[in-house]
Amino acid sequence: MRRVRSITPHVYGWLLLTPAAILLIAFTHYPTVATLVQSVFSKGTAIRPSAFVGLNNYRLLLEDTVFWKVLWNNVLFGIGTIPTSIALAILMAVWVNGKLPARALTRLAFFTPTILPMVAVANIWLFFYTPEIGLLDQIGRVFGFASHNWLGDPDTVLWCIVVMTVWKEAGFFMIFYLAALQSLPPELEEAGRLEGASRWYYFRRVAFPLLMPTTLFVSINAVINSFKLVDQLFILTKGGPDNASSLLLYYIYEVAFSFLDVPYAATLTMVLLSALAIIAVGQFVFMDKRIHYR
Amino acid sequence: MAAISLQNVTKKWGEVTVIKNLSFTVEEGSFLVLLGPSGCGKSTTLRMIAGLEIADGGTIRIMDRDVTHEPPAQRGISMVFQSYALFPHLNVEENILFGLNVRKVAREEKQQRLGEVAKMVGLSALLARKPAQLSGGQRQRVALARAIISRNSICLMDEPLSNLDAKLRHEMRIEIRALQKRLGVTVVYVTHDQAEAMSMADRVILMRDGDIDQIGAPDDLYETPATVFAASFIGTPPMNLLKTVSTTEGTAIAGAEDHPLLVDTGKDFIIGLRPEHISLSASRGVPAILGASDYLGADTILTARIQNQDVLVRVAGHAKVRTGEQVQLNWENENMCVFDAASGRRVEDFRLSRAAA
Repeated sequence: MRRVRSITPHVYGWLLLTPAAILLIAFTHYPTVATLVQSVFSKGTAIRPSAFVGLNNYRLLLEDTVFWKVLWNNVLFGIGTIPTSIALAILMAVWVNGKLPARALTRLAFFTPTILPMVAVANIWLFFYTPEIGLLDQIGRVFGFASHNWLGDPDTVLWCIVVMTVWKEAGFFMIFYLAALQSLPPELEEAGRLEGASRWYYFRRVAFPLLMPTTLFVSINAVINSFKLVDQLFILTKGGPDNASSLLLYYIYEVAFSFLDVPYAATLTMVLLSALAIIAVGQFVFMDKRIHYR
Repeated sequence: MAAISLQNVTKKWGEVTVIKNLSFTVEEGSFLVLLGPSGCGKSTTLRMIAGLEIADGGTIRIMDRDVTHEPPAQRGISMVFQSYALFPHLNVEENILFGLNVRKVAREEKQQRLGEVAKMVGLSALLARKPAQLSGGQRQRVALARAIISRNSICLMDEPLSNLDAKLRHEMRIEIRALQKRLGVTVVYVTHDQAEAMSMADRVILMRDGDIDQIGAPDDLYETPATVFAASFIGTPPMNLLKTVSTTEGTAIAGAEDHPLLVDTGKDFIIGLRPEHISLSASRGVPAILGASDYLGADTILTARIQNQDVLVRVAGHAKVRTGEQVQLNWENENMCVFDAASGRRVEDFRLSRAAA
């Protein structure tokens, strides 16, 4: 009894935290630090072992035209996917929150793309985009358009991937908006109706401001996903043609596992992590002021 | 002119009829209370007047215009919700002005009306606050202000005081009634609290199972309840309702067969007596045994038993009585209500027995 009692409360505290702390350190903090360390070393070979090179890898990165290309691609990808998928999610949520026949079925239909694995989704869209026999070209032919190699043309390939990603993501974000809409007291809408507020006025002045916490959450997720989701590239384009559809994470993968340049991949990863951190902090600071938390 | 009139209004939820052929009118400038236990259809009735629910049958007229199928905003009404329904992200001023902003009222007029209304409900100092920073009573005032500023001549209130504590509720009761008189608006007020109904209403509609049990001024409901239900719903404590038995001498309260009250007609009755109309006497009256006593300050509620029926008796001051004491209960015959036991309805043409007369 005495021995048990002699363990002070803060030891208990640490013991309780240990499992979570081990996971967090082993899989999040240590890899981050290890990546940082690797990014300041050179690539080791059998003859020349890895050596400390300071910011050399980062200097290399600034001169790497492929890096700037994929970074720019990623910015375009973000601009293309984030606002569109959020707007679409709100639209769908408002729609399926109302009274409509077969509401459960409609909700399910909107959510289905989320349930599907990205690889399966990419395969479906591959059929749409295939030249000549693809759905897009078949429909285009009816209206007299010439066949187009959607995924083979550097001008269209990124937007093809944007459209597919929006299709996949909007349904997932819709679920959050739907839950938030359902937590709004129905009297608010009734009070609006009594005052003669149109549906659009009510949405603009009441529902949308009250959905802001959800919007913050969803937008941060959307930003992270725009850097994180690259599965489709493996199926559809492998980043091509000429890196026209390559994104930052896919490039990191290529550098690390195809070119086997681990230190340079670590350098790219650090850039990715910093970019994400800055964006997330920015979103919190920028949006927090205009959010009403209940 | 009737401000609101309902004719044979019916409402169904699926197969269940919750409002059955409801008809009544509300006089312009009057305060009408829809009173009843929960689930009696009073809120549904109010929401149908507001246009938030659509009646399945019958017509609703507001200011002599058929509005049965018109949207809420076209009906010229304001409403105060039980939960206040304030917009949590807007401050008090924006909440009050919400309707005027929807209707794009000119800025100067808005500010002038806001000033007036805020002063009226005592919110002038709180206009910049968010609802979360207000007390329950203050939120209630914002909801009232939002209803008043529209200058609609009809205001509907759905249990507006039920979220407040007892003291505040009493204050707001007086304040709402004073506001209504001052502005001359027609109010339809839903509550399950009979004390609220009695103290505020010009007229009360007592509802039960989607139907009207009794319509009348508060005094009518109190003094001449039309049914056993009305008698048991109104008054704290409510009216004593006593079963009767037929004896050779006439109809008497069960357990007090020696004191026949009515000429026997072979029917069973229920005798209704208000606690304050009964007095204790040592010598004559219906015998009873005293049980619990409940001291309330100004008076005491005694529980007396006639065989196995409890009778509540209100005595002034702090009555010093012993439990188990044998007493006689007395009352004036004019204060006695008689109901038909089978239908539960009030009987007017009963005849007092010779002993009672």
